[in-house]
Amino acid sequence: MSDHKIRLTVDGGPVSKTVEARQTLGEFLRDGCGRTGVHLGCEHGVCGACTVIVDGKAVRSCLMLAVQADGTEVTTAQGLAAPDGTLSPVQQAMMDEHALQCGFCTPGVVMTMTALTAGGARPTEAEIKAAMSGHLCRCTGYQGIMRAARKLAGVNA
Amino acid sequence: MNEMTQAARFVGQRVPRKEDRRLLTGNGAYTDDITVPGMLHAAFVRSYIARGTIKSINTDAAKALPGVHAVYVADDLRTLDIKFLQLYSSPTAPAPAMWPLADGRIAHVGEPVVIVLADSRALAEDGAALVEVDYESEEPVVTLEQARALTKAIHPDLGVKPADTMIVPSDDAMAETFAKAAHVVTGTIRHQRQAHSPMETRGVVAQPKGTGELTVWVSCQSPHMAARYLSEAFNLPAHSIRVIAKDVGGAFGLKVQLWREEVAAVAAALIANRPVKWIEDRLENLTSANQAREQEVTVKLALDADAKLLAADLEYHSNIGAFPHGIGANALGMMMFPGPYRLPRLSVNANAYFSNTCGEAAFRGPWMVESLARETMLDVAARQIGIDPLEIRRRNLITREEQPFTTCMGTVLNWVTPRETLELAVEKIDVAAFRAEQAKARTEGRYLGLGFATYVEPTTMNMGGVLSSEWAQVQVEPTGKVTAVISTHSQGHGTETTMAQVIADELGVPFNDVSVFEDDSSRGSFGAGAGGSRQAVAGGGAAIHAIAILKAKIKAIAAHLLNASADAVEIESGMIRVKGVEEMTTSLASLAATAYFETPRLPPGMEAGLTAQYRYSPPPFVFSNATHACVCEVDRDTGVVKILRWVASEDCGVMINPSVVEGQIAGGVTQGVGGVLMEQIRYDADGNPTAATFKDYLVPGIFDMPEIEYCHMITPADNPGGFKGIGEGGAIIGPPTIINAVADALSPFGVRTLDLPLSPPRLLALMDGAEAK
Repeated sequence: MSDHKIRLTVDGGPVSKTVEARQTLGEFLRDGCGRTGVHLGCEHGVCGACTVIVDGKAVRSCLMLAVQADGTEVTTAQGLAAPDGTLSPVQQAMMDEHALQCGFCTPGVVMTMTALTAGGARPTEAEIKAAMSGHLCRCTGYQGIMRAARKLAGVNA
Repeated sequence: MNEMTQAARFVGQRVPRKEDRRLLTGNGAYTDDITVPGMLHAAFVRSYIARGTIKSINTDAAKALPGVHAVYVADDLRTLDIKFLQLYSSPTAPAPAMWPLADGRIAHVGEPVVIVLADSRALAEDGAALVEVDYESEEPVVTLEQARALTKAIHPDLGVKPADTMIVPSDDAMAETFAKAAHVVTGTIRHQRQAHSPMETRGVVAQPKGTGELTVWVSCQSPHMAARYLSEAFNLPAHSIRVIAKDVGGAFGLKVQLWREEVAAVAAALIANRPVKWIEDRLENLTSANQAREQEVTVKLALDADAKLLAADLEYHSNIGAFPHGIGANALGMMMFPGPYRLPRLSVNANAYFSNTCGEAAFRGPWMVESLARETMLDVAARQIGIDPLEIRRRNLITREEQPFTTCMGTVLNWVTPRETLELAVEKIDVAAFRAEQAKARTEGRYLGLGFATYVEPTTMNMGGVLSSEWAQVQVEPTGKVTAVISTHSQGHGTETTMAQVIADELGVPFNDVSVFEDDSSRGSFGAGAGGSRQAVAGGGAAIHAIAILKAKIKAIAAHLLNASADAVEIESGMIRVKGVEEMTTSLASLAATAYFETPRLPPGMEAGLTAQYRYSPPPFVFSNATHACVCEVDRDTGVVKILRWVASEDCGVMINPSVVEGQIAGGVTQGVGGVLMEQIRYDADGNPTAATFKDYLVPGIFDMPEIEYCHMITPADNPGGFKGIGEGGAIIGPPTIINAVADALSPFGVRTLDLPLSPPRLLALMDGAEAK
């Protein structure tokens, strides 16, 4: 087991830690950075619950090693709301549309939608839904997620 | 936020959920989010054989691994007296002897054999990999067919016989009914095994405290049930165990009961005297967590010349695996078979069998086989007789005028609207337009189908035991804010919000002033929690009763302080008013401050403070009902089923929060659709599970469901609040609805679609084997 020193930015703050080579980014964010909003649902890249944004792209943190995140900028669901508690547009759309129940898949869903709509991008509803096909939700039948996707795409907004 | 603070009626409103802010910002508190000082991590060595004996276990290498603190086998737990409780069992259906770790015999692949405690989960898994177990393997009993053959005992202590049997005997009159019936329709429905697959797997953190005291965080459906279960399992006083479960990432029946792994982790914590965390991974969840629904039922229906039901006979067989949470032959499923129909006679021969597979657990509507069998066979009957599937329902459904209606199984139905919800769904679909579209599509070689299914859902189910009551304590704090502790629990379905809506309305306070706590067994009193669609009826009922007591007290205090009549006192939006005397208006906060801090001003002899509690025993059953309709297309070339429309026409009585109601329906329907089209727990001939990841065990994704169209009817029952429950219905009625739609699509092929799952290969084979007429 080799240890490696990594430096990265997590939710806007600098992090410098030593990690085992085999540790996934997801485990590192949870155990090493206190980001327990990163949920490990399957640890084999299917369910999408662990999705975070790395250098602007939505990635499954269970399929990426912590050492691979050296030098990157990582955003989790815990880094989206404003300091005064105002929810991000994606979080607010999800809340307004009752797009969650148990909330376990939710941070991953939020991060994928956030990556798609970053910087004022307006993806189509179909594009958001296509991205959502990489997320499993066992509670909602995706009904509110579909409505949130439509809202974020600017239709019926 | 205006509507949240004004004197609106909150019940019936699509109020945003209180839970959502913490969950959307990643600040929920699930079991794996808990870390306590000195905590060790557990991993299990699990059996890779399905049946046999353990010859030897060598743990030396594991124990020698740096970072590993303890390695326990079955015998190492003997210092504790551990009993396993069954969710249900009877003297005629005894449970097998159980121990947290395999005790000599192996009864299924995935059985926990050894528990390893280490500094991290990774190290615990490293240690587990170093344990050598030598097994003597035997040929396992895997399939339902093999289990039914009763060739060998799964559990030597229970002998070679069905795990449970339920008989409702036939008689000469019944035989004569079948002999003379104008139509006799027979069919067998087979449901494959399904896995609950909550997105949060099972997990536990057990922290020993002092002598025999424990704090346990566990993903469960009721902290109170979990605490009760652990105290009985370990023979410890109930008050010595505190169970906390703030956020639960779905459960669906799987987490009603703590099972071997949770108990093993608690036992390991007690023996090691260290906090222990075990978090199930997905492989373990799909291969070792209890499963559901492996069953088949042969239905024989007798109908008269007008297609009216005369009698039904059911032969039911179920594979309940090695260590099911409850030992039963689905008595409720048999009892509910008449559903909302006039069915004069029913005979039943139901059997459950143990096998060398993972055990059964209750899964959202565990009795759903009644609707599955009845509704699919009504369509088969309609086709055989040559009438419309809607017509056979119209001729047999009970009406409002016939209620209260006692079914042939003695169930009393009241305040249900099956016929009305059917007609609403028919109207919403526009059947005539669909039939025209379907006919046109067929000329193009496209196969569209429309299916309906109707049911009544027994909710709340006060059948005695732990289901007898729920408890609520409602307290106006000295600040005027309201805190409620309720014995209900949320597995993600939002009771923190819905109970607050009920309380805000009943008490007359703003919704934002109400906080509901259900997450801690040491806070409040016992209740069965989430299960049986009982939260609205039982938890809401308890809260409404408690508030009635509290309001009477508030009015008495106000009357005393304001020199008014208690009857003239009103509580509204957190203000106390005296009818007709506006200047006497005061705030609930100021009255509360008096009740706590200026007690001499209270009426003589009155208890200080503003707290009331009530333990509510709900009716034996409350019934909600619905008709669902589905339009689908079956691709002739791929066998893939695409759902084009889904209509849910329901009556769950008073809706506390329509968005929560619709969320429950949608989630249940989607799980039911998964069960019909794609989800399948499979075993090979050696009893090895072969759907061990989410790449093999397919659960529905966003493109598998259309946006559901809802029709709501509100027919209150006579329990407090008029709620009727909605939690399980979608999973009960979803499956026959989609099956009937597929059957309708494939009707030109003259095939039956009663063997599940209706996967693409199965539907292709059906279509290839019969050319469309």
